[in-house]
Amino acid sequence: MSQKVLLNAKEVNIILHRLACQLIENHKDFTNTVLIGIQPRGKFLANRLITLLKEDYKIKNLQSGQLDITFYRDDFRRSDKPLEANATEINCVVEGKKVVFIDDVLYTGRSIRAALTAIQSFGRPNEIELLTLIDRRFSRHLPIQPDYRGRQVDAINKEKVKVNWVENEGEDAVYLINS
Amino acid sequence: MSELSVNHLLGIKYLNKQDIQLIFETADHFKEVINRPIKKVPSLRDITIANLFFENSTRTKLSFELAEKRLSADVINFSAAQSSVKKGETLIDTVNNILSMKVDMVVMRHPNPGAGVFLSKHVNASIINAGDGAHEHPTQALLDSYSIRERFGEVKGKNVVIVGDILHSRVALSNIFALQLQGANVMVCGPKTLIPKYIDKLGVKVETNLRKALNWCDVANMLRVQNERMDVSYFPSTREYTQQFGVDKTLLNSLDKEITIMHPGPINRGVEITSDVADSKQAIILDQVQNGVAIRMAVIYLLASKIKQ
Repeated sequence: MSQKVLLNAKEVNIILHRLACQLIENHKDFTNTVLIGIQPRGKFLANRLITLLKEDYKIKNLQSGQLDITFYRDDFRRSDKPLEANATEINCVVEGKKVVFIDDVLYTGRSIRAALTAIQSFGRPNEIELLTLIDRRFSRHLPIQPDYRGRQVDAINKEKVKVNWVENEGEDAVYLINS
Repeated sequence: MSELSVNHLLGIKYLNKQDIQLIFETADHFKEVINRPIKKVPSLRDITIANLFFENSTRTKLSFELAEKRLSADVINFSAAQSSVKKGETLIDTVNNILSMKVDMVVMRHPNPGAGVFLSKHVNASIINAGDGAHEHPTQALLDSYSIRERFGEVKGKNVVIVGDILHSRVALSNIFALQLQGANVMVCGPKTLIPKYIDKLGVKVETNLRKALNWCDVANMLRVQNERMDVSYFPSTREYTQQFGVDKTLLNSLDKEITIMHPGPINRGVEITSDVADSKQAIILDQVQNGVAIRMAVIYLLASKIKQ
């Protein structure tokens, strides 16, 4: 197994700032916007962006939540490993809002497909956008593309992209793992 | 650990502590789901479930059916009253006929103890026992424990007394197994005639004085007197039973502490508990019913995930 650093802590930080600024460009004061982290890994990125927006860019009244897609996945009983559910916390109204899905890696697009179905249980958003830190282009199974992307990566299928976060793994970094 | 150790839910007896933990954690997620504006997830859209009720039931049947529909499973219902069972068909034949219509899972209530276990050995489907005679009623025990966990944070170390007709109760036996597995202390209380002779061998305390039992416990699970299962008289009269083993507000108020009252339903108001107790804040009877749907969703979901394609 070999691994290569795709992004180090400094690069991750620059990208986070850029993504935050791009969100501000499109969502102004965020009054009509809900940021939704996709469980389990998207919540770390979402929380970092929310902290940045609040502290560095002084955005007030940010609405956010976490969405678990386990029960909406299309590989129930098809994958070898049992699917493990996580908590969903959406304590705001999404009906008529602009929703931004936030996830760390966009790969086949199937998680986002599941998230699109899952969010409908909470109402009918006006718009849904997608923000991902890593976009593995050329490996999509579905016609889904991000609206905001941190870095595009060309990885072959057996390679794995792993995003580490200070609060979880003790460092900010993105690795390309070849197993 | 995110998989059950069993392929069927035949009784609490066959589960371990981790299984119960997993069912509870999954039920937490489903409880959130059933409180959403749209209370449905598509997980089980390619699963068909048959509800076979060879014995009457309202609550359990509705609860299972709702849980199945909330998971998007296809559901077929069967009641023995309107079926070929009356024409002399055997259990295995009945079930195999239903299974040949491509059914993946069977939820069964049956008057004979062990019917679920028997079926699981002879048919190719995942079986959930929804009550077999006076043997077990595992989902009821799971939802009871889940409700205690919700009220107190944990089940471990809690004192729980089961009051009433222990002899004819599948709820009592499943509850004893479930509570003990989670480290609770269990007592049974009722007329001597309605307490099985060797029940202390299960490691439960036995008490025939209701006041003593209630003073000892944190939670009292009040059972119904199952007149339909009684072939002889087990106590002189309903009135006398109520005087000795019925809980009313005066009795509750005279205790040293505030205890929680549970009841698996259906309630005979004025017999085992009075209306003011059933409707009081101390009673979590309706929470139990709501939790029942979440628990059954969790059980069905976890068992369905073990059915290979």
